[in-house]
Amino acid sequence: MIAVSVLSVFAAALLAPLLFRKQNNLSPWLIALLPLGLTIYYISLLPSAAAGNPLTFTRPWAEALGASFSFRADGLGLLFALLISGIGTLVVIYAGGYLKKEVLARFYPWLLVFMGAMLGVALSDNLILLFVFWELTSLSSFMLIGFENEKETARASALQALLVTGTGGLAMLAGVVLLGYAGGTYEISALLSNGTAVQSHSLYLPALILILLGAFTKSAQFPFHFWLPNAMAAPTPVSAYLHSATMVKAGIYLLARLNPVLGGTDVWMYIVGSVGALTMLIGGYLALTQTDLKKLLAYSTLSALGTLTMLIGLGTVHALEAAVVLLLAHGLYKGALFLVAGALDHETGTRDVTQLGGLFRLMPITAVGAGIAALSMAGLPPLFGFISKELIYETGLEINPWLTTAIVAMGLFNVFVAGVVGVGPFIGEQTKTPKKAHEAPFSMWLGPALLAGLSLLIGLFPGGVSSLVFSPATSSVVGEAVVVKLKLWHGVNTAFLLSIGTVIAGVGLFAARNSVRSALQNIEWKWGPDYLYSLALEGLTKVANWQTRIIQHGYLRYYLWVIVLIVTVGGALALWRIPDLSLYLKLKDFDFKIYELVLAVLIVGSALVAVRSPSRMGAVAALGAAGYSIALIYLLFGAPDLAMTQFAIESLTVILFVLAFYHLPKFQTFSSDRARYRDAAIAAAAGMLMTALVLVAVNAQFSDAISNFFVDNAWDKAYGKNIVNVILVDFRGLDTMGEITVLGIAGIGVYALLKLRKGEGSDK
Amino acid sequence: MKIDSLILRTMVRLLFTMLLLFSVFIFFRGHNEPGGGFIAGLVAAAAYALYSIAYTTNDARHALWATPRTLIGTGLLIALASGLVGILRGGAFLSGQWMNELVITEEIIIKVGTPLFFDIGVFLTVIGVTLTIVFALEEVE
Repeated sequence: MIAVSVLSVFAAALLAPLLFRKQNNLSPWLIALLPLGLTIYYISLLPSAAAGNPLTFTRPWAEALGASFSFRADGLGLLFALLISGIGTLVVIYAGGYLKKEVLARFYPWLLVFMGAMLGVALSDNLILLFVFWELTSLSSFMLIGFENEKETARASALQALLVTGTGGLAMLAGVVLLGYAGGTYEISALLSNGTAVQSHSLYLPALILILLGAFTKSAQFPFHFWLPNAMAAPTPVSAYLHSATMVKAGIYLLARLNPVLGGTDVWMYIVGSVGALTMLIGGYLALTQTDLKKLLAYSTLSALGTLTMLIGLGTVHALEAAVVLLLAHGLYKGALFLVAGALDHETGTRDVTQLGGLFRLMPITAVGAGIAALSMAGLPPLFGFISKELIYETGLEINPWLTTAIVAMGLFNVFVAGVVGVGPFIGEQTKTPKKAHEAPFSMWLGPALLAGLSLLIGLFPGGVSSLVFSPATSSVVGEAVVVKLKLWHGVNTAFLLSIGTVIAGVGLFAARNSVRSALQNIEWKWGPDYLYSLALEGLTKVANWQTRIIQHGYLRYYLWVIVLIVTVGGALALWRIPDLSLYLKLKDFDFKIYELVLAVLIVGSALVAVRSPSRMGAVAALGAAGYSIALIYLLFGAPDLAMTQFAIESLTVILFVLAFYHLPKFQTFSSDRARYRDAAIAAAAGMLMTALVLVAVNAQFSDAISNFFVDNAWDKAYGKNIVNVILVDFRGLDTMGEITVLGIAGIGVYALLKLRKGEGSDK
Repeated sequence: MKIDSLILRTMVRLLFTMLLLFSVFIFFRGHNEPGGGFIAGLVAAAAYALYSIAYTTNDARHALWATPRTLIGTGLLIALASGLVGILRGGAFLSGQWMNELVITEEIIIKVGTPLFFDIGVFLTVIGVTLTIVFALEEVE
């Protein structure tokens, strides 16, 4: 059933466009039923996960490679799956109101592909399977960021996100392979209990670094953070879903998932902890100067992702518990705020916070949702964000004052962003906006309202969620059973006092937001990672241009040269390495029949005619004669299939030649005698090599096991008497599959060359 | 390109049907005797190529029930699908899956399995590729 739950989303992605054949306002709601059902299903799995008895599913895939279709719904996986399906439901509904009707049929398939891939990441119990889903999220994210593909920035941002996360993904694949090698298995649940063996393995460090590269690029950790703010070019529902609530947390998920195997060492703590802390501070700081609602949220998401990474890096039980709680708390409040930002954009026509104000009266429901989410983000009681922030503060206080200072700074930034995004647009004087503002439609306030409501509900009654969700999830991350007991009120302690301080300072910062912005806006960072990225991309294009000019010069004769020479030299070198080569080069039992001799003379003769012929037609006819003679040889030596194919090919080749010649200019001789002798030498060398190869192949002692297998099994196993055909379509079907694919690509290539020539200046 | 020859046209009208029939024959024959999808595809493609030379490329396109490029895609998809059946039945990709024998008389026994469909895929792809190139060459101005 778990596997079905993941695959059903992919099936829905295929079917979704059919729903939009006719204009129908109900379609988004129909689609939303699927993630809604999945949410309910995943909730029903929670008790078994909490009891330490998670549902699993395994089917073999490529066993020799260690890959299998295994899924496992433990606490951490279910927490993620619930985030994905729950927020997914709301985003599906929201997008129906937000996007233009015409693009929905193109939008939902990709959104659903993403959802399925993300569920796959969360529920996979096999590293290879996880990697496949992981890459699918990168791909679907590419399509969704570049969804408004008529915009240059959208395309560039999509490519940037793909390149950054894709490169990280490749590193991660290498890391996964090393990890599987070190741990002896690719099954995650088996690896988890194998931590000590992996950590003492010599491949631990390379595996760790490669996997961290994958996780850090995906979760936009410094210095790979730059793609995330740029990804805000995506439609807002996508930003809310992928680039805040789910996909960017895939890296966090991987870290949390592998914590029992890879975590707990000094290297882990220093790298993961410090990268996370840096990202947390940089993201928060960069948010201060932004005026675009989505950029503000993007940078503060960076800060949250950094916080999560840092907490996992610290690795104490308390820190991991805080990470798990923040994961959900952030998903709820940030998802709501993103949806609010989209609603504001949609209803007022701008996302610039300096142009928004006093909208409370016009958009009361959105305003209330935004306000609650903002209070949760700022960490005020009685909201869920408060519980989460208290846990993080306590974690910091447990460890050292430096860390506490950094965390308090993060809290401060959060209060600021929460104020600017969730409160600022609704209070103060009503501003004039590009569009006349009014309340968002039901589909667009439902999401923020529900998410905000959940923030409040879990804040007030954290007990049930603790035992059902947080305890099993934290247990998965820690690697042993942990009981999480959340309370709203912890009494007056240091963390609480720090909270009060943060909120007061944050409100002050928010009140002075305009002067803060103008004070910081003048500082420019030219040499940021974003700049380095564009530099690297330009350099790559230059190198590609340069080497294409050298290698792809467009002269057919030189291409032929290069191919023939490389094959000849390479083949000769390979022959050279055979010991006692001369033994193989002898002709055994030299004996021939008269008709064989006739054929040989025919072949050689027609080859000579083909070379010397003064007309193209003559050359083609001579080539055809050589080809037919070769086909006759096949026939004589018992290869009728080959002969038939050769006959057909020869006939068609003549037709193709004739058709091509029709367009060629008059036949003339351009080449000098010297060039002709040179070409003859190359051709002769190639011919001699082929002769030598054939002799070696005939004389070498091959094991005949394979051909015997084919002979023995063609009838019994494949029900065919023609062994050649059985090999082609059954025994070696995969080869044939590859061949016809190449054939198809070649055909389309020729077609493109012939059709595209028109209209272009032909300088070659 | 068009060759205006009454003799060729008359011959092709006869040959065309026979070549196509021959290609189908050769296709099924391939199971137990020399033949098979690849050769059959080449023969069928040759039939259409001849037709296009004797008449016009447009006539040949009309005689073919789909554009050659569609045939490439269709052929590849059929081959792929025949391979997926193996996976669905719990085996490896492309492992042959057979239905029970259909005994019509004692001499005629029909066996249907995924390799047959795979071969149909090969057949269509080969026709598609060859004719894509032939037609495109013929239509170059």
